Amino acid sequence: MIKKLTCISCPIGCELSVSLDESGKILKIEGNRCPRGKEYAITEITNPQRILPISVKVEDGEMELVSAKTDKPVPKKKMYEIIEYIKKLKVKAPVKRGDLIVEDILGTGANLIATRTVNKKS
Amino acid sequence: MRRENVDVLIIGGGAAGLAAAIEAKKFGVKTLLLERDRSTGGVLNQCIHNGFGLHVFKAELTGPEFMEKLWEELGNLDEVIRNNYTVLKIDPEKKEVITLSEEGIVVFKPKALIMATGARERPLNSLRIPGSRVAGVFTAGVAQKMVNIYNRLPGNRVLIVGSGDIGLIMARRLKIEGMDVVGVVEIMPEPGGLIRNVVQCLDDFNIPLWLSHTVFKIHGKERLEGVTIGKVDENFKPIPGTERFLEVDTLVASVGLIPQNELIEDFVEMDAINRGPVVDDLMRTSVEWIFAAGNNVAIHDLVDFVYEEGKIAGENAAKYVLGEKLPEVKYRFERGDNVGVLLPQKFTGSQPFKMYVRSRKSLEKSAISFSGRTIRKFNWKIRPSEMIDLVVKNFEGLPKEILVEVNQID
Repeated sequence: MIKKLTCISCPIGCELSVSLDESGKILKIEGNRCPRGKEYAITEITNPQRILPISVKVEDGEMELVSAKTDKPVPKKKMYEIIEYIKKLKVKAPVKRGDLIVEDILGTGANLIATRTVNKKS
Repeated sequence: MRRENVDVLIIGGGAAGLAAAIEAKKFGVKTLLLERDRSTGGVLNQCIHNGFGLHVFKAELTGPEFMEKLWEELGNLDEVIRNNYTVLKIDPEKKEVITLSEEGIVVFKPKALIMATGARERPLNSLRIPGSRVAGVFTAGVAQKMVNIYNRLPGNRVLIVGSGDIGLIMARRLKIEGMDVVGVVEIMPEPGGLIRNVVQCLDDFNIPLWLSHTVFKIHGKERLEGVTIGKVDENFKPIPGTERFLEVDTLVASVGLIPQNELIEDFVEMDAINRGPVVDDLMRTSVEWIFAAGNNVAIHDLVDFVYEEGKIAGENAAKYVLGEKLPEVKYRFERGDNVGVLLPQKFTGSQPFKMYVRSRKSLEKSAISFSGRTIRKFNWKIRPSEMIDLVVKNFEGLPKEILVEVNQID
């Protein structure tokens, strides 16, 4: 069986074709222009994962929200659970880019980190 | 009214303007950047998704991270940046830039000017859809700002019109924030944005994409109550019998970007297809002291390219101010088969440079040629939505007028 995928590792979006045997084992990966395409195809077939960009509420900040992301891709099947968890969070200003908001979010091994600076309301 | 002399003046504090300021400052010239918003960063502020910086920083960053890295590169922001300054007019004879700000009218007299005014969104009204002009209709960028900066949702149930990247990103974003995203309609037979965004924004969240579909009618009197969508034929005419009613209170339109050039279009040579000024490989316009970079020159796909252009403009504007003799333009590109957006339109041949081209059609396998000579082959599918970038470094034997073509190959 041949499965068609679009690599999302970068904006080029290589069109990959992955040959699988009956048991779902990967036989061949074609169409990738760099090694990351191969890696993407393997995880996409076995356990699809995504970086989650999101925002978190801020108290006493010059903005109401701080943008954040998971520092590693998280399993797609846990996505909604993680989103619900993050929505209930609130952090206190000031927040700096790179600050750790949640460590090992829901046991995924990924941390939630701030992607911008939000100063305290003056 | 106050007057101020400056070496390099930059209009616009997005990625192109910030990059230009970083580079110009390195040459020790007095550099000022005017930004009409409260702070710089432009659209990077609200683009909280990842995918920026792969070329420039070799990392996949979010918009705010990319922006803060530029701030750090620039160093002391207060020295260079003037926030809340709106440019009213550029006087090409007197070489003056007239601005309005909290201190009133200020007239800047720069030795060199860099236009980094970016683009604005095309509104849904420009599509002339029948129905009342109800509340609940937003452009994608406005919806993005509401959700990502002001923490406000634009409504409850939304249809996205147009599958440009911002539209796709917003479909995911609004879904994550709890809106019911009923789908995305795209009038063209192919998605307008990157395929990676179709995958990670729509497919991942089971949001349908209706290609060759558009909005036929807008329902409601004050607030949007619903829309009629349907299929269009190859001439974009509605096909009767394909209508379908969708109950939505919100429409988010991602139907294109318009380069902003009102300040210069009356006296600078413009390119009707790019909808921006004609530029050379040093990012000079047809007016000697005016340079340009970024989405006001042409709509780019990647902020990385905008940043690189800004740096080129900053470097050459500074050199111009310092009295260095810049090389003259020797070659000019002409559009041939299948070539849409193209920049630069002319070049000096003094150094290798990056060229950007958009194909007018999707092609499975193709080659780009200069007056019949193949320059590069593409063994992968190219699309109008994905800009081709290539480095031109071999100028030997090139004619002065170069016909650029993108053709299908076997």
